[in-house]
Amino acid sequence: MKLIYEKSVISRKGFKLPQPDVPRRGSIDSKYARRQAPCLPEVSELDVVRHYTNLSRMNFSVDNNFYPLGSCTMKYNPKFAEKIAGMEGFSDLHPLMPQLLGGGRLSQGALEVIYNTEKLLCEITGMEAFTMQPLAGAHGELTGIMLIAAYHKSKGRRRKHVIVPDSSHGTNPASAAIAGYDVVVVKTDKAGCMDMEKFKDALNEDTAAVMLTCPNTLGIFNTRIKEITDLAHSVDALVYYDGANLNAIMGKCRPGDIGFDVVHLNLHKTFATPHGGGGPGAGPVGVSESLVEFLPISRVMKRPAGALYLDYNNSKSIGYIAPFYGNFGVILKAYAYILFLGREGLIEASEYAVLNANYCLARLREYYDVSYDRRCMHECVLSAQRQAKKGVRALDIAKYLIDQGFHPPTIYFPLIVKEAMMIEPTETESKETLDEFIDAMIAAAGLAQADPQRLMDAPLTMPIKRLDETKAARDLDLCWKPDFIKTS
Amino acid sequence: MSYIPHTKKQTEQMLETIGASSIEELFSDIGPSLRPKSFNIPSGISESQIVCYMNELASKNTIDLKSFLGAGFYDHYIPAAVDALANRSEFYTAYTPYQPECSQGWLQAIYEYQTAICQLTGLDAANASLYDGGTAIYEAAMMAIRVTGRNKIIMDSGLNMIYRTMLYTYTSNLNIEFVETPVVHGQSCREEIYKHLDDKTAAVIVQNPNFFGAVDNHSDIVDKAHSFGALAIMSVYPVSLGLLQSPGEMGVDIATGEGQSLGIPLSFGGPYLGFMACKQSLVRKMPGRIVGATVDKDGKRGFVLTLQAREQHIRRERATSNICSNEALCALRASIYLSLLGKAGISELAKLNYDKAEYAKDCLGKIPGVQVKRSSPTFNEFTILINKNADVVVEKMIDKGFAPGFPLGRFYKGMNNYLLVAVTEKKTKNDIDQFAHALEKVL
Amino acid sequence: MNVPEDLLYTKEHEWIKIDEKLATIGITDYAQHSLGDITFVQLPEAGADINKSAVLATVESVKAASDVYAPLTGKMTKINQDIVDSPELVNQSPYEKAWFVIIQVKDFAEKESLLNPSDYKKYLDELAK
Repeated sequence: MKLIYEKSVISRKGFKLPQPDVPRRGSIDSKYARRQAPCLPEVSELDVVRHYTNLSRMNFSVDNNFYPLGSCTMKYNPKFAEKIAGMEGFSDLHPLMPQLLGGGRLSQGALEVIYNTEKLLCEITGMEAFTMQPLAGAHGELTGIMLIAAYHKSKGRRRKHVIVPDSSHGTNPASAAIAGYDVVVVKTDKAGCMDMEKFKDALNEDTAAVMLTCPNTLGIFNTRIKEITDLAHSVDALVYYDGANLNAIMGKCRPGDIGFDVVHLNLHKTFATPHGGGGPGAGPVGVSESLVEFLPISRVMKRPAGALYLDYNNSKSIGYIAPFYGNFGVILKAYAYILFLGREGLIEASEYAVLNANYCLARLREYYDVSYDRRCMHECVLSAQRQAKKGVRALDIAKYLIDQGFHPPTIYFPLIVKEAMMIEPTETESKETLDEFIDAMIAAAGLAQADPQRLMDAPLTMPIKRLDETKAARDLDLCWKPDFIKTS
Repeated sequence: MSYIPHTKKQTEQMLETIGASSIEELFSDIGPSLRPKSFNIPSGISESQIVCYMNELASKNTIDLKSFLGAGFYDHYIPAAVDALANRSEFYTAYTPYQPECSQGWLQAIYEYQTAICQLTGLDAANASLYDGGTAIYEAAMMAIRVTGRNKIIMDSGLNMIYRTMLYTYTSNLNIEFVETPVVHGQSCREEIYKHLDDKTAAVIVQNPNFFGAVDNHSDIVDKAHSFGALAIMSVYPVSLGLLQSPGEMGVDIATGEGQSLGIPLSFGGPYLGFMACKQSLVRKMPGRIVGATVDKDGKRGFVLTLQAREQHIRRERATSNICSNEALCALRASIYLSLLGKAGISELAKLNYDKAEYAKDCLGKIPGVQVKRSSPTFNEFTILINKNADVVVEKMIDKGFAPGFPLGRFYKGMNNYLLVAVTEKKTKNDIDQFAHALEKVL
Repeated sequence: MNVPEDLLYTKEHEWIKIDEKLATIGITDYAQHSLGDITFVQLPEAGADINKSAVLATVESVKAASDVYAPLTGKMTKINQDIVDSPELVNQSPYEKAWFVIIQVKDFAEKESLLNPSDYKKYLDELAK
């Protein structure tokens, strides 16, 4: 499809601005003025609407397709949450309002959303306090590591490294590194959990933190988790919980109860806010008692009389990690979701997420290799190693699934499983949908034996076939350029 | 009901296939000692009850003040088509386009967004978005440090105070030297910057228009920085780029900014849009996702996420940044907004903002007790000095139905009588007249 | 996997050709194969000093990024601009056209820690298991 730039016709206009009702001034002094106008599209509003409507129809999305991306929790996004985020009383509110004298009383509704969401997340995770500021999961991880660094600094010491298992999500070591720590990686054992002996070897007085997720990225719950948190605490290393997999354990286990000191949640995963094509998300961070004093400012607090206000009085805070209070529009949707589900709904969500993943695993283990011979939790990891012997790789199976109308599972993650395919169906998918998907996976396994080329040619039904990614990285073409620049 | 479609019969069938006698058995790894100490969440309520409750909460927020509040986040009109298109669920319920064949819609949209940002900033390449203008400045600073191998950053105090605080917070565990240089008569103080510029400097960071609303031409500072092998980073207000000289035209290496004013609602602080663009030579050091054009097996043009080897899912602890989720949907809104406004529209919009602000300056300047700061030109935001404490004046003006601007004393010592006033195209002549009238009464 | 007999190797898949005081360094056939299509190579400045085990260069492919480590300490006298301009040379000709740098070696004793071709082949066999 043509780019919107390629549809431009010189001097065509899209949007009518109001006529100036104030005197027209001469332009700003030429010293400060733009010399060459930006080459933005020159199209009509209908052109814009057709263009983007057609683009939208060239995507797979949860509202169109089953989307079992492991580690992403692509559950159904409730529409009433969208309706709420669109309410003018929320969408039109300037963030600086409560920072004006007399402005706090004009933003009580918004402050109440933040305050209540924090309290609910505390109860769901067993943590003492939350900050809603982090704007994404990885942002939450960075915030969490900075809180841990502040903790150690307050004890007058500077620790050197953070321990992560080799199965961890890439953002874990990346966050630790950019916060200034070395990263020590511990191998996963044959049972699919972090190797305890190797962990004990790595743990010492230089360890600032251990970053884990539970269940881990293989979908396995480590029954020795309390031992790990206790060991870490014995050297006053703090334990960080990557909440990406919280959908497996709501109401069954709380990180705060089993020894985690810092937790981040992904509202766009567990709490059903839409993924938006890659964002916006929100990654609120919960902490135990010993870290509350370091939380970013400001915090929403409640006066005895009930009024909510922003508290900036915290000299020990790590500072601002977002310009304001977090991705409010996203927090709003998560709040509505939690209210809707309630206690029973949250527990049910985890129960059926785990049921669905186990069902997929049970039916598929005959056709695909499984690295760990056991049940899983909310996601399962299969391997296409068997198929690879015939030259068919996880990538080929993924492309075939696209032709069948399914978004593929996550492939090549976690890194410790060869030809990995991570399937996370989520609880909002029906048995019929799972059966259709499983049948497609079984068909793919059959084709891998009988007609591998069919898989390696896939996809054939999409607007484009497989792309030359090498060319994309070698001959960089990252934006459209107008012809007069192209020819020079 | 919590969006779970399973019938009792189906649940039983599935358990049978799995070989478990109950769902609870699937949680057997979580022993009794690991179970929650409490789980006191209220029971779920219906959709209508929640919508009713949320309406109540929304009405507890006042949005009908005539607002002249800016300070980096502006009340521009958002065309209805932006909402209609960005709210299509094929866009917002999709994920990151890692499988390009079934995400060409998103990938092309992001490529078009990257193009728009390059055109606005006058630079060569842009990424697919960062969280906001503050984290964008942080990422730019880190990029400069990586590229030059140096660790000193000179920051003009005209850079939004919130962003400077964020930068300090993010880098507190790292060995970076920050030097803040003052603003003189509204603009960047060259003397101070040049005093500190040396071959240990990784970058000089400026903002245009700066936090006080002052407009400048930073080409001289950029050239000087380059002569020392340092990079020039500029944080910009995108709507102003319809009128003001672009960072590219000034020779800036990395441009960042807050994209909220491009069709994204104020939404009490987020989600917002951090944009970043840079010169071609720096592309491989840029954080965040990037979409590139290529061809498929049949030679047909297609789009794909590229340069992924920089990112966290491959590089892990050696990644250029830890960013994973970004602000894609907001970037889409910005791209749609700029497509609607178009080449002529962005200039017209900028001019409208400028003219209205100039008119407001004249009106307010006539009020006894108000001194409009005119030592440098401005775009759509300017500083006034009033004869009373700005906080108190703000409170009184709110009672009269106006949010008159941002009291600078909140961020700057000794500026308790200064107010930062923003005027966008949404303000009518009448609004401005009434504002001036009300302010005169209060002072 | 091609493992020429006239070179020395490291476990990080670099090859070294020693010629009196100079050592030419590149990455092996195994390395280019596992990285996939090379899209970008970043080389250091000519004339810079480098210590054994420090990062000498970075190689990027579509799916991976890898560091190349200095097998010996010395001063870099020449860098191969050809592989920066045409990264595909690393895939096509890892031992001939796609050399990375030439180092003037400081301490020849370090040569003892390098692998000879048969030891490197054995190492590759172990990895394959």
